[in-house]
Amino acid sequence: MTELFTTAFVAALISGGILAGMPLLLAALGETVSERSGVLNIGLEGMMLMGGYGGFVVALYTNPWLGLAGGLAAGVLTALIMLVFCVRLGLDQIVVGIALLVTAEGITSVLQRAQFGTTYPRLDAMPVFQIPLLSKIPAFGQSLFSQPLIVYIGFALVVVVHWVLGFTSMGLNLRAAGEKPQALDAAGVSVVATRSVAVLVTGGLGGLGGAYMSIVGAGIFVPFMTHGAGFIAIVIAMLARGRALWVLIGAMLFGMSVSLSTALQLVGVNVPQDVVNMLPFVAVMVALIVFARQAYLPAALGSPYTRGSR
Amino acid sequence: MAEVSEVLDLSPAAGEGGTGPLVEVRGITKIFPGVVANDGIDLAVYGGEVHCLLGENGAGKSTLMNILSGMYRPDAGTILVDGAEVQIDSPRVALDLGIGTVYQHPTLIPVFTVLENLVLGQGRGLSMDTKRALAGLKQVAADLGVEIDPRALAGRLALGQQQQVEIVKALWGGSRVLILDEPTSMLTPQGITELEKVLLQLKERGLAIIFITHKLHEALDVGDRVTVLRRGRVVGTLGPEVVRSTSRDELQARIVTMMFGEEAASLAGVAEVRGEVTGHRTARQVSSEVMLELIGVSVEPQRSEIGIRDVSLAVRRGEIVGVAGVDGNGQRELAEAVAGQRSVHTGDVLLAGQSIRHTSVSGRQRMGLRYVTDDRVGEGTVSSLSVATNLILKRIGDGPFWKRGRVCDDAISECATDLVDSFDIRTPTIETSCGTLSGGNLQKVLLARELSFDPRVVVYNKPTHGLDVKTTYAVRDRIRQLAEERQVSALLISTDLEELLDLCDRIAVLFGGRLMGVVENEVGAELEVGRLMVGGDSR
Repeated sequence: MTELFTTAFVAALISGGILAGMPLLLAALGETVSERSGVLNIGLEGMMLMGGYGGFVVALYTNPWLGLAGGLAAGVLTALIMLVFCVRLGLDQIVVGIALLVTAEGITSVLQRAQFGTTYPRLDAMPVFQIPLLSKIPAFGQSLFSQPLIVYIGFALVVVVHWVLGFTSMGLNLRAAGEKPQALDAAGVSVVATRSVAVLVTGGLGGLGGAYMSIVGAGIFVPFMTHGAGFIAIVIAMLARGRALWVLIGAMLFGMSVSLSTALQLVGVNVPQDVVNMLPFVAVMVALIVFARQAYLPAALGSPYTRGSR
Repeated sequence: MAEVSEVLDLSPAAGEGGTGPLVEVRGITKIFPGVVANDGIDLAVYGGEVHCLLGENGAGKSTLMNILSGMYRPDAGTILVDGAEVQIDSPRVALDLGIGTVYQHPTLIPVFTVLENLVLGQGRGLSMDTKRALAGLKQVAADLGVEIDPRALAGRLALGQQQQVEIVKALWGGSRVLILDEPTSMLTPQGITELEKVLLQLKERGLAIIFITHKLHEALDVGDRVTVLRRGRVVGTLGPEVVRSTSRDELQARIVTMMFGEEAASLAGVAEVRGEVTGHRTARQVSSEVMLELIGVSVEPQRSEIGIRDVSLAVRRGEIVGVAGVDGNGQRELAEAVAGQRSVHTGDVLLAGQSIRHTSVSGRQRMGLRYVTDDRVGEGTVSSLSVATNLILKRIGDGPFWKRGRVCDDAISECATDLVDSFDIRTPTIETSCGTLSGGNLQKVLLARELSFDPRVVVYNKPTHGLDVKTTYAVRDRIRQLAEERQVSALLISTDLEELLDLCDRIAVLFGGRLMGVVENEVGAELEVGRLMVGGDSR
């Protein structure tokens, strides 16, 4: 079995893992922020789809960077709906989340069809940024350190989210909103404003994740292309218990479970495509069975806050 | 009326030291659907004074406080701070005006450290100014004479300490007015003494303190000025000169009349009203037959609980054994282990000498073991179902209410009508849904259900918690009567020491999930129980 771990295998595993894992990472980071503030964002997949489509269209007519920004903006716009219904009006987060998902699926499919018919225009690959010296390391150099710039930004966001949640007053407010909103309110901080920020950040990160999928990952946009990634991201966020560094580990592991089959093919082991498509979901089930007991959810997750309600 | 002149004689006090009231409310009215919680309330609060707001549950005390702290907005009336009219439309505004509040339900976040709880809402921009916070905490803690570890998780602190943190938090931004809503409800006798010391300190520093309570003796102990609320209205205020110059007995009499009006006479015998600890009830003849026995019972904790370990206790026939302790020391675990709602990890539970460790909840119910839960709304009743259905909730499928799987409405309504009568449940009809009943009536529904059909052993979990004085009195009477006349044994879990002293033959104390000792209810039991409640060794 030792000959299995060749340079090519490891490189393929890692770069494939990043390719599939980065959208999960971005979306799950967003979900983490949202859940920490007490808003369960079931519509994450919808935000990813909107970001994926919006980003793709912008990238097609301008350039990939504006495309990524467009995807982020599309996600934020979708999250605005969530903000109005769930945070301001206090409607049920699960119902609104599902509605958002279904709506986003419909809108992106219709628009894609209306715009491109049955053709799927393709974007050029984003330029790869080689990190000096580090990119010379065998296996890791060609994979981890030779990636488009957005990948490094994605990893940097893990640190940013970790820092904001753990070490800033804004992070403290967010966590308080998720644990005991009335305490935050009593301390003189608006729960609605705090949760609004969290929901928009989630939309932005989800949209960016979707845009990464269509612009960097696939280079095309296909309806329903997120293929459950938003829900896997929710699972990752829950299992990570709100900690950004665990989100990174989780997302990369899931990404690698997808790239495993490609890597295996490289070393001559053939895996049927159906099994490949199944792998992330098997991974989710295994992770849930093994780790579900450890999932910690904020005490006020999913419950809207109304001041003075009794 | 005499009361009017008492309200008016505030003015000389206002002249004292040449300062007006720090906070004044005029004509505050707040209407909730179906109830006028505050009806034209006038109140003036002065620096350097403890102003007690006294009244029964539902008199409107907490509503008024929530208006001052920015949680509710009044429907009418004005609030003045330092003589200037203000609009307090959010807690932020209240804090900026120097009004700090310690709410009845703790607002600390249990998974945050003390420090994190304190800096919550204090941040400017992104930064958490922990250095300033630490210095401030040290300062305030020293001023108050308390000691608090800033790195400890708030949820791990004893309730008394949590409250001290809440007070520090309320004073944080330089508050000049401190509102305390029922601050003693979670404290041990020792904790209350400490709180009184802290209040004295604050008073000397010129703060105005609003102390909300429904216990008369507390108001007399700490109050410089006492305002009595009844049904949303101010019925009278006793100014500091009146409080100082009148004897305690006379004050008591006057306040009782204010609190209860024409009903006062009928309540003369209620300990709570008299405001004294009666203690050591007269010894009753109790048979030696053990009805309920716990042998080394341990229960694994569920999240945020502490479980119970190695609890052994025997309740004899017709005996009332109390379980004292500060909330969250294993009371619920103990009650549910006996009721069968939770599995016993080690040890055994015997009912009349027979092991019921593996008997189901309904099996125990049929054997005459009953449990009156403290969670009346969540666990005790189904809000959307009728009173009648709730009364037979634990007999679903049993005769005579069900016959061959079909429900017999006549049998149910007959039984329900009987119970509503005999337990004095105030409900429009037996078909009214339980959710619309008041807490007191809900408790009567629970009692009616659990105490019917030949109970032998009853576990009461905080049976009078949150009830008004009259209902409290009625509930305690029923518990006592059941024990005396029908020889029903009782395990009475309560955080109200006065209640235990009033009813029990013996009082066991739970602390940290362990039984610290069992005290015979005789002279001096109060102090001994109080000592055990904070973890002191049994003598």
